[in-house]
Parts: sequence; C-alpha cells; structure tokens
Amino acid sequence: MKIEKIAKNLLLKNGTIIDPHHGKTFSGDVWLKDGKIAGVGVVDAPKDAEIIDCSGKVITHGFCDIHVHFREPGREDKETLKTGSRSAMAGGFTRVCVMPNTNPPLDTPESINFIREKAEECPIHIHPIGAVTKSQNGNDLTEMGLMKKEGAVAFSDDGLPIQNGAMMRIALEYATMMDVPVINHAEDEYLRADGVMHEGVVSTHLGLSGNPDLAESAMVHRDLELAEFIGARLHVPHVSSGKAVSHIREMKAKNDKVTAEVTPHHLFFNDEALISFNTNLKVAPPIRTESDRKALIEAVKDGTIDCIATDHAPHTIEDKETTFDLASFGMIGLESCFGVVNKVLVKEEGLNLENVIGLLTTKPRAIMGFDPDLFSAGKEAEITILDTDVEWTFGKEHVQSRSINSPYYGKSLKGKVECTISRGQIAIQ
Amino acid sequence: MLQQRHLLGLEGYPAADIQTIIDTAFKFREVLDRPIKKVPSLQGVTIVNLFFENSTRTRISFELAQKRLSADTVNFSASSSSLKKGESFKDTAQNIEAMKIDAVVMRHPSPGAPKHLTEFIDSVVINAGDGIHEHPTQAILDMMSLHEKFGKLNGLKVGIIGDISHSRVALSNIYGLQIMGAEVTLCGPTNLIPPFIRDLGVTINTNIDEVIEWADALNVLRIQRERMGLGLVPSIREYRAMFGITQERLESHQKEIVIMHPGPMNRGVEIDGTVADSDQAIILDQVLNGVASRMAILYLLCGGKSSEEDES
Repeated sequence: MKIEKIAKNLLLKNGTIIDPHHGKTFSGDVWLKDGKIAGVGVVDAPKDAEIIDCSGKVITHGFCDIHVHFREPGREDKETLKTGSRSAMAGGFTRVCVMPNTNPPLDTPESINFIREKAEECPIHIHPIGAVTKSQNGNDLTEMGLMKKEGAVAFSDDGLPIQNGAMMRIALEYATMMDVPVINHAEDEYLRADGVMHEGVVSTHLGLSGNPDLAESAMVHRDLELAEFIGARLHVPHVSSGKAVSHIREMKAKNDKVTAEVTPHHLFFNDEALISFNTNLKVAPPIRTESDRKALIEAVKDGTIDCIATDHAPHTIEDKETTFDLASFGMIGLESCFGVVNKVLVKEEGLNLENVIGLLTTKPRAIMGFDPDLFSAGKEAEITILDTDVEWTFGKEHVQSRSINSPYYGKSLKGKVECTISRGQIAIQ
Repeated sequence: MLQQRHLLGLEGYPAADIQTIIDTAFKFREVLDRPIKKVPSLQGVTIVNLFFENSTRTRISFELAQKRLSADTVNFSASSSSLKKGESFKDTAQNIEAMKIDAVVMRHPSPGAPKHLTEFIDSVVINAGDGIHEHPTQAILDMMSLHEKFGKLNGLKVGIIGDISHSRVALSNIYGLQIMGAEVTLCGPTNLIPPFIRDLGVTINTNIDEVIEWADALNVLRIQRERMGLGLVPSIREYRAMFGITQERLESHQKEIVIMHPGPMNRGVEIDGTVADSDQAIILDQVLNGVASRMAILYLLCGGKSSEEDES
C-alpha cells in the first residue's frame, strides 16, 4: 500500500456512487479540487485532472470506526497513531476514535491535547475518547468538561468495566452536561472471574475457564436502567450476546438515547473456532455461540445495533504466542473489516450494501456527532473506493498495523477496499 | 501402531487404539512382576519430562516407566510463576529439543499447552495433564484397572464423585469411558459441576446414595482443601455428609462396588481410610497399572520409528 498526496484536480470516474447521508445510489463521477468535493454525479472537471477509473467500483464515504486502540502513548511497539492510521486507511477508514486505556491513560485535558496534536500529522482524523475516571480507577471522575474542550468526543474506561453502580450513575449524570456518550465495557468482573472464553459447551470441552454471557447482559441491563433514569446518552460497545441484545432492544423501544455497536469478529466467528486454541481469537468480551452470532446479525437487521466498530486491539507476537489462558485479549481488525462484514451481512445474510455502508459511515458518525454530509460541494474529501464483489484470501501482506494478531489469515473474504482518500492524501492498495 | 502421533487427550481418540494401549499395558504388567523389571524396548530413545507444575506421582510413574523400558530420561521442573517472568515456554521447549530428543512428557497448568507445543517442536508429545483440560494417561490407567477387575469396559456403569469443575481426571475419564462403551454419572456439589458438561452425554445426580445403587465402580476425586472456605464447599462435615464415601454409607447399601481414587487422598474427607484400605478398593492397583499403562503408551508412540526400520 502506498500513501501519496492527491492531485490538485482528481476525477474518480465512472463509479457507482453510494451517498449514505442522502440515501442515494447512482452512477457518475466524483471530482475533487484541492482535496475538496468539487462535484458529484455529472461533473465538469478540467481536462488535465488526474483520473482514477472507478468502473465496476463503489465510491462512498470514508468509513468511521468509533472504537480502536492505537496504544499511544505507552505501547508504541504495538501501534502508534501513525501506524494505526495506515492500518485504518488500508481498511477504508478516514476517521477513528481512540480508546483511552493507554499508558498513561487519556484522563486529563493535557493527554487529550497530546492526541489531538499528534493526530495533526496523521493522514486520517483521529478523535480521542477520554477516560471516565482518573487512572481508570473506577472511583474518581475525570475533568470531563475540560477534556471535551480539548477534543474528547466521548468518555469510557474501556477494558476496565465500571463495577460500582453508583460511580456509573455519577459519570452518566455528569456527562449529560457535555452531551457526549458514555461507553462502558459491560462485564461484571465477579461473574467474568478468570474466564478466558465464552462459558459453554466448547469451554467445557477445552478445559478453559468460562466467561458467561450473564457477565455482559447483567451489566448491560444495569447501565441501560441507569441511563434511562438519568436521561443520559449511553453507548454499549462490542455487544457479544443474545441476552444483551434483548435488553438493548427492549430499552430502545422507549429510549432513543441508547446506541450500540458490534464488532466484525462477533459477527463472523462462533466459539467453536476456539477449538484450535488460536490465541488471536481471545478477545473481550469473548466470541460466543452460533445462536449469539445469529442474534447479533438479527440485531443489526432490526436496528437494535447501530453500527460496526472493530475494537482494533494490536498486541505483540510475544503477547499472543503463548498458551491460551496467558495470552492477551484482543485482535486487530481494521484491514479485514469490510471484507468480513460485507461477506457476512451482504453475501450471507442478504442485507443491502447501502445499509451495510451506513453501519460504517453515517451511523457511527451520528453517535459521535460528526458531519454526516460528505458529498456536498466544498466538503473536505473523505472517500472510500470499494470492489464489493471480489473474493480474496486475507493474508499477512494485507496488514498495515504494526501488530499482526489477526485470526483471519487464510480466510476467504468478500469485498475489498481499493483506495482511501483522507486529509488530502490517497492510500492505494 | 497408533493412529495419532501424539497423545494430547482422549476426546475423539480411536477406541481400537485405547484397546491396543490397554492390551499392551497388560503385557508390560507381566514385566513388572519379574525379578528383573527391565526390557530394552526403548534403548537409545531420549525422553524429557517437562513439568511446569508440581506433580509427584505422575512424574515418578512416568520416570519409572521410562527406566523399565531402558529409555534415557531427563527431568525438567519449573514452577509456573518462574515461567511467567522468565524464559518463554516456547524457548524452553525449543532449547531442550535442540539437544536432540525424541519425546516430551509434559505437565502444564494451561489448557491446550501440549497442542501448542506440537506447533513448534517435532518430538512426540505426551500430555501428562494440562490445566483442567485432560489427563489422558490417568484415564487410561483407570480404564485398565476397571478392565482388570471386570474383564470389560463396554456396559460398565462408572460414577465420578467430587469436584468435577477443577478436575482434569474427570474430563479424560468421561471421554475414554464413553468411547469404550461405558456409562458415566457425575456426582458432587452442584457448584462444582460445570453446567454445560451435560452436553458430553453424562448423567448428573447429586444424590450419592442413588449413584452408589446404580454404579459398578466409583472414581472418587480428591476434594482439595483449598476449595474449602472459598465459598465453594461450606465445610468438611457437610461435604462428608452429602458426598463422602464412608464405611457406614457403603455398608448401608449391601452391594459390591469397586472404589477407585486417582490420589492423593484426603482420608476422612472424600473417602474413609477404612474404605481406601478395604478389598473393594483398587487404588494401589491403579498405581501399578499407571506404570504399565505409561510403558505401553511410551512404547507405542516412541518405539514406532525403530519398528518401521525393522520392517523395511
């Protein structure tokens, strides 16, 4: 993959244009002038414009991932904002939100500012999510007001669930003043105990300690009730169980301030894949049963789940090349995302391509309050060009992240990102 | 010869191969009764006993089996804590293999560790217990002991009593016994029986007296004293009252039943000393059969190369 500056005049010619904001699909060209939208559809680009032939390709909004871990500051050996940006562009993403569980965590206005400044040098838009509690200790509220001023778009103690219900209440109450979502990694630590995979038939066979779906659903239920009582915005990350889906569906019927995301891996795998003891499949929350997977797909279909987020979590080879119980939790997911969700949701489950693109563009943008209208004249270009029909086998050569902990190697995926345009640069596969 | 190159677990293991191992073990049992208890079967074969977790009886049993077969053996012991901070498991294993060895017998606290090991070394791997996953050689010696007592495994009714959740013996026994046509009932405190284990086709019954009435043999698991006071078992007297294999309880049933225990025993907790020492207990036969079974397994897995050479 190469990333270069785009031409002064760039013409994306003869593509199928999907505009998820206006809900329109049509054939035509996209003309970019000085990195901004100059025309979409029938355009009058100058003769000397550089042309990218998009026949047979889809031109759409750049993807937005509201849940990634870029490990900076602290674990730059796993990922940095720069390497993470390359990984994002390889996956068609032009905008991401980074989680604050770094070392030190993003729990002050100064650390939020550090990310904003560093992000300026990166080819994609990177927004920090601030910690809910200082040092993510679960007890002391951070300076949310000052952090929001510096650019925090949401608050989360991701990776460290807020166990104390009273603390979660205080955080939700305080965050209402900022009008940003609070994201709680929903797992009851006592029910999770030392579980390293979903508790079920497969964990019993493998002798691995189980993490029951109840650990998630009980916590999701608590958070939903608190958010409703307070009138706060709650975003439920990486929903993994059918039980949690039911709680969210029920609450959404009466409360429109609740949103939820699902990862590509929870849509693609079930716990039987862990029979191989492949540590790249060790994630939190765990990959659950086939019936949970089906419930998640159903929740995407009926809108209970709002968007896709990768939970891109890079780890070193040493963190993963060990026995399953000792391996770190998490997998990378940006590069494989579109091929996975397009395969599962469009090819296997028959969803519209337009809907699936919405799950990666307008829907996550709405949660974070980002501008949803990207194809109007004068807007800075955030564009992804896709070949939605190609079947390909995912390999290490497709990974741009500094880490390689992916479980998709050798898996056949459908649909591939060809080009990503962001901040005046273009990434070409 | 056996179909699988390694012995990682009994889940999905071919019945014919379990039978071959047991038949071979009975032949080696005869060797153990001779005045000179040594045969040259594995002369020149080097085996490393890689124990990442404390074990006395399993390690001694393997060591004796190796010595009786004239194999060269090396022992490596490391506590899991030193492993966590020091050299990686992979480096340890690759270093040892670089010294030219033929087989590794491994005990490790992590489920799946023996399978992980096969991914980066070429030697034969024998699982001597991986966490609460499997302990296949224990299950084979248990089955050999039942076979010795009953002359068959098919149709036998075996109760496994105690802490199933924290036992590697239970899972391998369930797999092995079912493959050989035996029926298994689990009995113990409900919170020490994994909820999804029913899927394995076992019966769960928390009434020990009903299980005694039903079973031909009981495999009584150690109830670890560490579990007491963790909220898992309220007290020893309550456990004994509900699940203890006591003299009084067995007498009240007036039936013949074979008692097994994988050791180490807590006399007076899960089993009465008098029961353990009685004629219906085959606990010491299990220990002897352990050496014979491990001789059979080592011979069948590590002797393969030389016998192929003989044939060619």
